[in-house]
Amino acid sequence: MATQALTVPVERENYLNAGYGVKSWLLTTDHKRIAILYLISITLMFFIGGFFATMIRLELLTPQGDLMSHDTYNKMFTMHGIVMVFFFLIPSIPATLGNFLIPMMIGAKDLAFPRINLLSWYIYIVSAALMIYVILTGGVDTGWTFYAPFSTTYSNTNVLLAGIAIFINGFSSILTGLNFIVTTHRMRAPGLTWNRLPLFVWSHYATSVIQVLGTPVIAITLALVAIERVWHVGIFDPKVGGDPVLFQHLFWFYSHPAVYIMILPSMAVMSEIITCFSRKRIFGYHFVALASIGIAVLGFLVWAHHLFVAGISAYAALVFSLLSYFVAVPSAIKVFNWTATMYKGSIAMRTPMLYAMGFIGLFTMGGMTGLFLAALGIDAHVTDTYFVIAHFHFIMVGGAVMAYLAGIHFWWPKITGRMYPEAWGKIAAGLVFIGFNLTFLPQFVLGYVGMTRRYHEYKPEFQVLNVLSSAGASILAVGYLLPLVYLLWSLRYGPLAGDNPWAAQGLEWKTASPPPTFNFDETPVVTWEAYDYDQMPKEVPVGS
Amino acid sequence: MFQNIPLWPERASTFANNVDALYVFLILVTGFFTLLVFAAVAVFAIKYRQQPGHEATQIEGSYALEATWTLIPFGLFMIMFVWGAAVYMNESQPPKNAMDVFVVGKQWMWKLQHPEGVREINQLHVPVGRDVRLTMISQDVIHSFFVPAFRVKTDVLPGRYTTLWFHAIKTGHFNLFCAEYCGTLHSGMIGEIIVMDPAEYAAWLSGGSSEGSMASNGQKTFNELGCATCHRADTQGRGPNLVGLYGKTVQLDNGSTVVADENYIRESIINPGSKVVSGFKPIMPTFNGIVSEEQLLSLIAYVKSLSQPPPTGTGLKPVTVNAPSAMPGAKKVQ
Repeated sequence: MATQALTVPVERENYLNAGYGVKSWLLTTDHKRIAILYLISITLMFFIGGFFATMIRLELLTPQGDLMSHDTYNKMFTMHGIVMVFFFLIPSIPATLGNFLIPMMIGAKDLAFPRINLLSWYIYIVSAALMIYVILTGGVDTGWTFYAPFSTTYSNTNVLLAGIAIFINGFSSILTGLNFIVTTHRMRAPGLTWNRLPLFVWSHYATSVIQVLGTPVIAITLALVAIERVWHVGIFDPKVGGDPVLFQHLFWFYSHPAVYIMILPSMAVMSEIITCFSRKRIFGYHFVALASIGIAVLGFLVWAHHLFVAGISAYAALVFSLLSYFVAVPSAIKVFNWTATMYKGSIAMRTPMLYAMGFIGLFTMGGMTGLFLAALGIDAHVTDTYFVIAHFHFIMVGGAVMAYLAGIHFWWPKITGRMYPEAWGKIAAGLVFIGFNLTFLPQFVLGYVGMTRRYHEYKPEFQVLNVLSSAGASILAVGYLLPLVYLLWSLRYGPLAGDNPWAAQGLEWKTASPPPTFNFDETPVVTWEAYDYDQMPKEVPVGS
Repeated sequence: MFQNIPLWPERASTFANNVDALYVFLILVTGFFTLLVFAAVAVFAIKYRQQPGHEATQIEGSYALEATWTLIPFGLFMIMFVWGAAVYMNESQPPKNAMDVFVVGKQWMWKLQHPEGVREINQLHVPVGRDVRLTMISQDVIHSFFVPAFRVKTDVLPGRYTTLWFHAIKTGHFNLFCAEYCGTLHSGMIGEIIVMDPAEYAAWLSGGSSEGSMASNGQKTFNELGCATCHRADTQGRGPNLVGLYGKTVQLDNGSTVVADENYIRESIINPGSKVVSGFKPIMPTFNGIVSEEQLLSLIAYVKSLSQPPPTGTGLKPVTVNAPSAMPGAKKVQ
């Protein structure tokens, strides 16, 4: 009778039970709660973008355009691109995992500017709401690249409002980047030198630099599109005295580095997961850390490799081809170091590690096919074909989304205090890997044989490969829906995780799960290097 | 089933073998390293799996290995760069004696014209075994001229000429696609290149209903628009004499020089004030919106004809074809 009261666990105070009600969430300045707000918002956007992808793959089952009109199809791929790039991939890992983990990884109570962090989310929400409004009122048909003069003079859709949505969205990205930079410089716990910093933080630091320096350029570019569209000031359209290639230079000056905004945080996640599940320190810490910085710097110097057939001089093309090969080097260094980290490890096959191994494979293939595109002679043939589509989906979906899912599973116990079902996790990881390859491998072949991108109708000889790709997409869709179901299920029914279910080494694991509002009861003092797995248990305790 | 899955487009131009050779090289090199990484990940995952009694060995890193996997990829990348650049530079410089075709792209069709005056829509007839140079412009948005079987693609811009050349080695019909998204019917902006035997081509060309050569049409326009009032051929008028102008270096009034190519001549008609020849006043009115892209191409053809030796005849002549044996790859013609 009296003992029954004892069996009810006394819940420790944490960031989730620190306050209830809508207001406690919408006015929070806790980086962990803001991360959750972002998680919910970008998940919604991911499935909106996924809906458009589904429609595209359904339409491409047959060579004829029999499911929707030309204009509708053009809107489908445009909105798929805009939603996935600007509203899912760019905020994905930084705004959720980065937001949640960076303060904890460096032993801080919060980010440097907690209220600006909340502002970032509100800006994101305003821009996303605007974008959804654009979608519901007819959408846009310019392609996510907004090439002029189509976007400035010829498109009859709501380019202006879509541009404004992305313009606003950029400020969210800039403020998050700024917050991370200042936090990393100013808020590290005593003893946490740059040489002891987790590579997760290094990589996010590099990402933040790109966000702060690159994003204003896309804002300027879209503002110029608006100015030409509304007031007919000649900037890009030759009919009024502009230069359409100028648009492409400006657009890619942001949008190529933006690829690194999407992939560097994935690399951040990789370094944490591979070390933990190999029970090993990272191979070549400094090389991995500096490779992030190298990618951030070189990433700004390769934009014109999108323009090899766009009317730039042959000599400019030579320079940008060469620089594109330079930027491939640090990525290769990272892949080799992660692989070497597994060497002589004690590898525990858990869901995050499965995703991480999938990431290594798919990112390698994405990078390798990038070498084809950097080769001028090949690029002239395959640019603007499905070869390019396949290449960047290997990087952004095979790379960034795999890593995002890896990270969500890895830190789920920390974020929610509960374990996800391991068997389901592995099944979903397998489905994602198989579905992904079946979807995008045929597209390399399609591109080389000459199927151009953004085609509503295509030649009958391309059909078999398109059907394979659409079949793969259906498996991929199941692979993405499964985690949505079992992760939600685990919130209520998942076993309690404990503070450190993976026996991982980072500071974020040295506090409770879920963490208290201010992360640590007292500020930790760091006397060890990152990934000092010699001091940790030899086995991963949970999930075998 | 696999006969339904093509791996290559046909190889129908001299570029095709160059591009495919590089492609195969890249597949072999990247395939080898991709398999290496895959194998390492798989072997490590099995061999070093967590099991009782097995413990991870902590390794800090290795400068020798870092140097190896930095320098070897870098060296291979440089080979790829040089090879890719060589293929591209070859494609980017049209040979001097190439046969000309003029292309105007618009939403959503290709309009093509031969110097002899024959016009085509969404079809281009060319002779096999001959260098063909396309001078291309768009009258609205950006398009891109893409022939997979030739392995060539170049964007077609509004406001400026771009060029593309190829040398077909095989007769037949080959797909032409617009590769730059251009609006509603982008996927309908397709056509075909019809590569013919030289004799057949000559017959086709002379059978086409022609309203005279592009140059003669250009001359007509030149006179109708009153250009000849100032640009006089016999004496120095208020505008520069255009005889012998094409291809020459022109001294401008701001001290700089410019080569009188197609883009310069076009700009001088559309926007005469931007590059004024030294010694002349900027008095020429703009013809922006008055002349179509086709008329501009004819005017340029006319100006070019003023720089050529006197025409050997006004009628359409059979096209002379270079000896096929001189053409690399031409032996493959069946």
